[in-house]
Amino acid sequence: MSSRFRASLLALGLAAFALAACDREERHSRSKPLGETIPAGESPDTIWPAQGSPPPPDPRAKLYDNNAPAMAEGQFLYNQMNCVGCHSHGGGGMGPPLMDDEWRYGGRIDQIAATIAEGRPNGMPSWRGKLTDDQIWKLAAYVRSLSGQPSKDAVASRAESMSATTPQTLTPREPAHTSDTADQ
Amino acid sequence: MRRVRTALLGVIAVAACAGLEACNKGQPSTAPIKSEPLQSGEHALPASAASPRDDGNWVMPSKDYAATRFSALNQITPANVSKLAIRFTFSTATTKGYEAPPLVVNGTMYLITPFPNFLYALDLTKPGAPAKWVFKPKPLAASQGVACCDVVNRGAVYDAGKIFFNTLDGQTIAVDANSGQQVWRTQLGDIQKGETITMAPLVAGGKVFVGNSGGEMGVRGWIAALDEGSGKLAWKAFNTGPDKDVLIGPRFKPFYASDQGKDLGVKTWPPDAWKIGGGTVWGWLSYDPETKLVFYGVGNPGPWNADQRPGDNKWTTGVFARDIDTGQAAWFYQTTPHDIFDHDDINEIILADIPWGNGRRPVILRPARAGFFYVQDRRTGQVLSATPYGYVNAYRGVDLKTGAMLPNPDKEPKQGRVTRDICPAAPGLKDWNPSAFSPLTGLVYIPHNNLCMDFGAMQANYIAGTPYVGADVKMYAGPGGNRGAFTAWDPVHRRAVWEIKEDLPVWSPALATGGGLVFYGTMDGWFKAVDARTGRELWKFKAGSGIIGQPISYRGPDGRQYIAVVAGVGGWAGAVVSGKMDTRDPTGALGFANAVKDLPMKTTAGGMLYVFTLPR
Repeated sequence: MSSRFRASLLALGLAAFALAACDREERHSRSKPLGETIPAGESPDTIWPAQGSPPPPDPRAKLYDNNAPAMAEGQFLYNQMNCVGCHSHGGGGMGPPLMDDEWRYGGRIDQIAATIAEGRPNGMPSWRGKLTDDQIWKLAAYVRSLSGQPSKDAVASRAESMSATTPQTLTPREPAHTSDTADQ
Repeated sequence: MRRVRTALLGVIAVAACAGLEACNKGQPSTAPIKSEPLQSGEHALPASAASPRDDGNWVMPSKDYAATRFSALNQITPANVSKLAIRFTFSTATTKGYEAPPLVVNGTMYLITPFPNFLYALDLTKPGAPAKWVFKPKPLAASQGVACCDVVNRGAVYDAGKIFFNTLDGQTIAVDANSGQQVWRTQLGDIQKGETITMAPLVAGGKVFVGNSGGEMGVRGWIAALDEGSGKLAWKAFNTGPDKDVLIGPRFKPFYASDQGKDLGVKTWPPDAWKIGGGTVWGWLSYDPETKLVFYGVGNPGPWNADQRPGDNKWTTGVFARDIDTGQAAWFYQTTPHDIFDHDDINEIILADIPWGNGRRPVILRPARAGFFYVQDRRTGQVLSATPYGYVNAYRGVDLKTGAMLPNPDKEPKQGRVTRDICPAAPGLKDWNPSAFSPLTGLVYIPHNNLCMDFGAMQANYIAGTPYVGADVKMYAGPGGNRGAFTAWDPVHRRAVWEIKEDLPVWSPALATGGGLVFYGTMDGWFKAVDARTGRELWKFKAGSGIIGQPISYRGPDGRQYIAVVAGVGGWAGAVVSGKMDTRDPTGALGFANAVKDLPMKTTAGGMLYVFTLPR
């Protein structure tokens, strides 16, 4: 292998990495404004009559999932809107933990966004009308990061809380199961 | 033997029949108390008007108005307790923290569960104690989302043919004790503001006294009195705000200068902060029939981040004495002005008379959350002594001249930084779970914690119906490594007589009996009987879930003494199990998760009544 070829391969690799990184940091600030509508989050895993499988996720999901600025802003909102007061830094409290592998109402980003927007019957408040659609998606993106769903180059390498919580780059990725104890 | 019996008789006589069943029957106790009993002239006794003779029932969580949690029944003794055996069980169909005691009224047992607050009546006259009825109040499910520390209920109360209890979503309900039919229900709390009700009501003088929870949600704390017959509001006193709201008038005579002045409930806060400043009433009430005063402790100020509320934050973290007819405050003592550690002052208040000069002085005994055991004059609130009953470094002590808590500046949290090694931690040296007080020994049996914490204070935003805390907390074991302790405290000589170190925080209340025993449970499910005089463990039983419930003792329809407790781990300390938390986050459950990371390996959630008696 010639050194020139090796160099170009390296350059190509770097370019690909840079592009991926660009995508990671994409803020969509110049894209078409998103409609201020409630995320059409799907229900938790359930029976889908005469269909057999859940409908595809909301197309907006991929704009936010794994998106570093969205998660960073989501973390800010998570603290400012007092999500942290109930769910702590993912360990749970008044509300269920968000860093584990159980999702009462589904662990997909659109399902989480729907939970935030609509509330849930056992105590989750409804934030519809208090947060914009965009903010809700960002919060959902951050919530997913608590269980290690995004790639490690998209999350913060330093914990934002004062107590010694593990940096998100070290958060293990949990599978997303539907909770078997939705009544709790 | 004759001398022993005479001595025993003497003790019983001097005890002025204070709650001793033997007096009731006019014959000496058969309890073979072997060690030489203390002369009761030297030790504290329950206030006699507030602790009537034991009729074998258990009609209120505190057993009596003096809050002794003492049963005079004495068939079960240190000599025979090893034979104590299970008699029957009952599943409550709940898996959340079970803090309430069973009640027993003339052959029927009543159980009030955590959310959804089922009320069961069990027929003790039939084999196996089958259910007579169940009352389901159907509280709003959303109330679970504003209950800070598990969806507990601390008990029901029986009076004059009715059972009274509160629901998580802020209702007080009266149910006919025979039929299980609702008599009245009154909505007092509003979950949209973050208010819940978890406390056990107290019934006295034809009124039902109820207070709110939500000190972590930016609510404004209050106590209300409802008419016992109709449920109509008789009076309501807030614990913050202007004097007219607090029911402070001409009768108010606080002992210390720091509690005197006009509208301190407004002036000791930044503008309007008193409206969302906490000061709830989620703990225990006592009542003195002689003075017609109800005593209760007030919860923490909010938010926990104290930099957002400079000032003394009255009337939070202190004790009120109020007239039951009008609600007018008689006196107040602020245990910790400007609380900075969530050291609510809601713990039990035991009414006692202690030796003083040549006579006795009416006092209240308070093993307080901040870590000091208070002896205070019942008529004025004057602090007679305040002694730490465990390890405390968050305060330097209590100035008996001014009544002031002396802070330790090294341990004062500041916004934007973490303050480490604060002892006791936020749940205090002792949290809500009450002590028992035995007139036989004059000792207070204190189930408590030994926890310290790191406290990171940060800006809290007030959004109604959401937490208003502003703190990242991480708790861990205090000096010695044991996270809990069970301490027998002599309130007169101000010292521990004995102490049992427990690995886990002790979150169950205590029960003392006329047989000379003390019962308590552990969070890994052991239910223990120890010798009231020595603390020696004499019997234990492993329950299916951790125990945080109040044990009781009653006389069954067959005349035998029974011991009953419900096992169901949870509460703030056990929320890691009942709330299925992830303990990798040290700040979970407001920082308690870190202290009990091992609990999910040691117990599971449940809700089961266990009833014990001696074999025939």
